Amino acid sequence: MSVIVKTERLRVEYPNRESRNGPKVALAGLDLQVNAGEVFGFLGPNGAGKTTTMNVLLGFVPPSSGTASLFGIDVRQPIARQRIGYLPENTYYYKFLTAEELLRFYARIFGLNGAEADKRIAELLKLVELEHAGKRQIKTYSKGMQQRVGLAQALINNPELLILDEPTSGLDPLGRMKVRQIIQRLKAEGKTVFFSSHELGEVETVCDRVAIVRQGELRVQGRVSDLVQQHNCDLEKIFLKIVGYEINALP
Amino acid sequence: MNTIFALAGVVIKDLYRRKDFYVLFVLTALLTLLAGSTTFFEDKRISGYLKELCLALIWLATLVIALTTAARQIPAERESRTIFPLLAKPVTRWQVVVGKFLGSWLAVGVAVITFYLFLGAVTAARDHSWPVAQYFQAAWLHWMMLGVVVAMAMLGSVLFSAPSVNVTISFIVVGGILMVGQHLHKVALRLTEPAQTLLTLLYFCIPHLEWAFNYRDLLLFEQPLISWGVMAGATGYWIAYMFAFLIAAWLVFRRKSLSVG
Repeated sequence: MSVIVKTERLRVEYPNRESRNGPKVALAGLDLQVNAGEVFGFLGPNGAGKTTTMNVLLGFVPPSSGTASLFGIDVRQPIARQRIGYLPENTYYYKFLTAEELLRFYARIFGLNGAEADKRIAELLKLVELEHAGKRQIKTYSKGMQQRVGLAQALINNPELLILDEPTSGLDPLGRMKVRQIIQRLKAEGKTVFFSSHELGEVETVCDRVAIVRQGELRVQGRVSDLVQQHNCDLEKIFLKIVGYEINALP
Repeated sequence: MNTIFALAGVVIKDLYRRKDFYVLFVLTALLTLLAGSTTFFEDKRISGYLKELCLALIWLATLVIALTTAARQIPAERESRTIFPLLAKPVTRWQVVVGKFLGSWLAVGVAVITFYLFLGAVTAARDHSWPVAQYFQAAWLHWMMLGVVVAMAMLGSVLFSAPSVNVTISFIVVGGILMVGQHLHKVALRLTEPAQTLLTLLYFCIPHLEWAFNYRDLLLFEQPLISWGVMAGATGYWIAYMFAFLIAAWLVFRRKSLSVG
């Protein structure tokens, strides 16, 4: 099975201007591996290093040491991002554009033009159920619609790997269900999905494997079914145990 | 090139969907119409002054469009965080800088052409002549000069995070070059060393934007055409400065940490 995402002893430090105790360590030697065709859940409490890991994988933040690669290519090379799609946690798009214009813009970046681009845009707008609103400016959309445009732009190049940063954050139950259905559909198509989420029930439903990080370190990595069997409890309890909560102390 | 043109297209769409752009555009057009079509007792000198006023207005309007458009490009991308999904695609930071520059420069070009056509039509209606070649040369040199201004503002947009700071500093620099740039070497002759050498060096280093300003005479006094060799030389000179500013902007931007988290 080929490895799609790989990090080895990945360390990221940020300068700490507020303290004399040296730099702030966001990632402390993270080893991660995601295989082709997997839906991989990346979990951890706030500030654990999930977003930093994604930012390194996307080339936004350079690693202080260690390596990170996508499809075996160093993440610092723009070509490593040729076969990926990325959905940020919030909707960071050109809101003065219509959904069609936004998708056409991203299509051009991937070299899709003319009829080929039109066909792909129509398919994606249908997939995210926005075909009726494709000619409206994104600024007129609801949060759920904007998130779905985000998903469409992440799929414009028919990526082999999707990186989703809390894809269901802020969505209503219907919106969450739609995103979950799309992830499951992508999984059925053999795509690799790497996503972070705080919705542990959702992760348990859609993920093949998960990794839990805390304070920039990998605490556990494995198949969801194996972890559940090994700890004899559901993923939520495993998560709470690993991040340091006393289960008995919970109401 | 596809990526660069795609980025430039977004810049142009952003500009023409903004209301402030139209306000400036319509205001300049109205003042040009008013000043360009007025005649006082058939006095050609007064008509000349009014034409000069129109050209000064066009210069100011295009300078404002160029600076305000270019200065906000990268800070706006960072502030709205649209830079993240963009750089998550196979897009290099050089392509971002060049695409944003090209979009701003083309948008300014459309404004320049429109204003010159408008001025030409208005004055032709009054004077019954339209020296098209002179208009072309003046507009071309004006647009090339604005390319340097846009590239300079692009460099400012990666150096300063606030567009307002960038616009103010760029305005002062451009205004300084236009007003005193051509006199620097003459001032240097009156100074003692090392100030003389430093000022002379500065004279040769700065982009001489005032050349284009001086060529307004082509329209004001209906002077003969500039030789096409000189036109090519001036174009090459300004393109070299555009590249220099864009490379400097890229060198700063490629090391710039994007705010995350």
